[in-house]
Amino acid sequence: MEKFTKIISKAIPLAIENIDTDQIIPARFLKATDKKGFGDNVFRDWRFDKNGIPNTAFSLNNPLYSGSILIAGDNFGCGSSREHAAWALVGYGFKVIVSSFFADIFKGNALNNGLLPLQVSPGFLTVLMDTIHKKPETEILVNLEKQIISIADTNLFENFEIDPYKKTCMINGYDDIDYLLSKKEMIEAFETQRK
Amino acid sequence: MSKTLFDKIWDQHVVDSIKDGPQVLYIDKHLIHEVTSPQAFNELKDRSIPVFRPDQIVATADHNTPTINQHLPIKDALSKNQLEQLSKNCSDNNITLYELGHKYNGIVHVMAPELGITQPGMTMVCGDSHTSTHGAFGAIAFGIGTSQVAQVFASQCLLLKKPKSLRVTVNGKLKKGVLPKDVILYIISKLGTNSGTGYFCEYAGNVFEDMSMEGRMTVCNMSIEMGARGGMIAPDQTTFNYIKDKQFAPKGIDFDKKVAYWKTLPSDIDAVFDQEYIFDADDIGPMITYGTNPGMGIKITETIPEENNSSFKKSLEYMNFEAGSSLIDQRINYVFIGSCTNSRIEDFRVAASFIKGKQKAENVTAWLVPGSKQVEAQIIEEGLKEIFDNAGFELRQPGCSACLAMNDDKIPKGEYCVSTSNRNFEGRQGQGSRTILASPLVAAATAVEGKIIDITKQLN
Repeated sequence: MEKFTKIISKAIPLAIENIDTDQIIPARFLKATDKKGFGDNVFRDWRFDKNGIPNTAFSLNNPLYSGSILIAGDNFGCGSSREHAAWALVGYGFKVIVSSFFADIFKGNALNNGLLPLQVSPGFLTVLMDTIHKKPETEILVNLEKQIISIADTNLFENFEIDPYKKTCMINGYDDIDYLLSKKEMIEAFETQRK
Repeated sequence: MSKTLFDKIWDQHVVDSIKDGPQVLYIDKHLIHEVTSPQAFNELKDRSIPVFRPDQIVATADHNTPTINQHLPIKDALSKNQLEQLSKNCSDNNITLYELGHKYNGIVHVMAPELGITQPGMTMVCGDSHTSTHGAFGAIAFGIGTSQVAQVFASQCLLLKKPKSLRVTVNGKLKKGVLPKDVILYIISKLGTNSGTGYFCEYAGNVFEDMSMEGRMTVCNMSIEMGARGGMIAPDQTTFNYIKDKQFAPKGIDFDKKVAYWKTLPSDIDAVFDQEYIFDADDIGPMITYGTNPGMGIKITETIPEENNSSFKKSLEYMNFEAGSSLIDQRINYVFIGSCTNSRIEDFRVAASFIKGKQKAENVTAWLVPGSKQVEAQIIEEGLKEIFDNAGFELRQPGCSACLAMNDDKIPKGEYCVSTSNRNFEGRQGQGSRTILASPLVAAATAVEGKIIDITKQLN
């Protein structure tokens, strides 16, 4: 997993609530057996019409917007547990998803792939959304160590929460397998004692 | 201290706790399928890590399988490759696989309970969000991502923070024609799609106590649609009777010992939940959805509400419905009865009892997809197939099918499908398809009439 400490980037707004993982990556693209290539089909049916023509009204296709931060509406990532959704967002180039609420399974999947699900207050989400809509060139700063998200050239910022263990994993690029394997003896002892 | 059903099982499975961090939770059963497991097997192979407890894993092929001509080679190259990878991964790692055509093959959440693999007090996971289904037995069961599938392969454990507890109580007597699917669609319509996020939900009250195991599975299955990682119902005599004599259930004195243990699991009378909701069975009617998330549901007799928000409007625009209108008499050309929510024998019995002696409307394409080979065999054995055949319905072979349309079972663009599945997301049943979630009874009635009808009138 790639290490994550801080980033400064422009952001792409996606002011839709309840974005489910079927929209992030439709089921027909889940036939691959590796993790590559899902970025090409992220938000496929919102980005393109049935004939593969880009939908210019969709923010990811709008040349005004760019960057590795996605600002999305409430309850992002609900629905299916498919980790392909996280692979697709990472594959497209996102490093941070900002929303006022994340679905559980998506949140875990994102963290396991070095993609930061950053939860802000509904008020700050509105500020971010409005700022990017008005001034798409605005840069957003995300500092994981200090747990702060701020808007460049303003005094607007907010602190965010993250599980301390997950924070350490993100900063150092560790994953849970490393940790669990270090507990093997304890797990075996647990099994023996239950028998 | 008083404990909930969830607390009791969780606490018995904690191997270790990280200070200010997650706990190491032991997993009893790991179910896998072809779509979310290949990358996890690759991960282990790349890091030279062996599968730790292959005998605690059971595999099936379901998401990506055809529902006709299963005996023939699979035409789609990518699907074929995914199924072959599953077979190879299972044989390389000594994992039991019920592949296509096997007498135990079926949708993972239908096959495991009917074989007695699912039992009270267990921790169970699967790379599929509807793993919550197994909570119907009083087990902690939840969906996981592929990284977590790899973690369980490597260690039979997961790192997790204990979720908060939620209890939904429904007491009273359900009206005629109100099925378990209506109960859960009603609950989600009242609580919304994220009210359960961060929680594990227990369903309590006489409505659930009086339900069959099939009905309880339908309810727990859709817990994830209100955001809850899992749903549970306390094990009782209905649970024990269902498990007894199943293929992989404990037998004889072992079974009796297990039952004695299972009886200790229900929540203590004075257990405290972080959140509680109480509903009255009398308020529930046959339900239907009108939007693009499962929380957008109404009683079939109600009209679509009005909401002044852009996501709501976008949703109605996609469905081509208008706020304030009724769905009664809406012409429907597709009906799907199947999925891990409603593809058990009881669901087909309900459908058959309505369909018997009637004919499918000419405009309707109706797919009946059993949840497993065993359900398929039972449909034939009980004479239900004959009823379906005579009425012009097509009984297909088991699989996830048009619930997520990974295989060829897709609803065409712009068409409505009244579906017994669990998700009405945009394009869920095929690009541009429009899903209306309902019970097997409402689905069967729609197929016969060719349009949505007020089923309550036919029953009273």
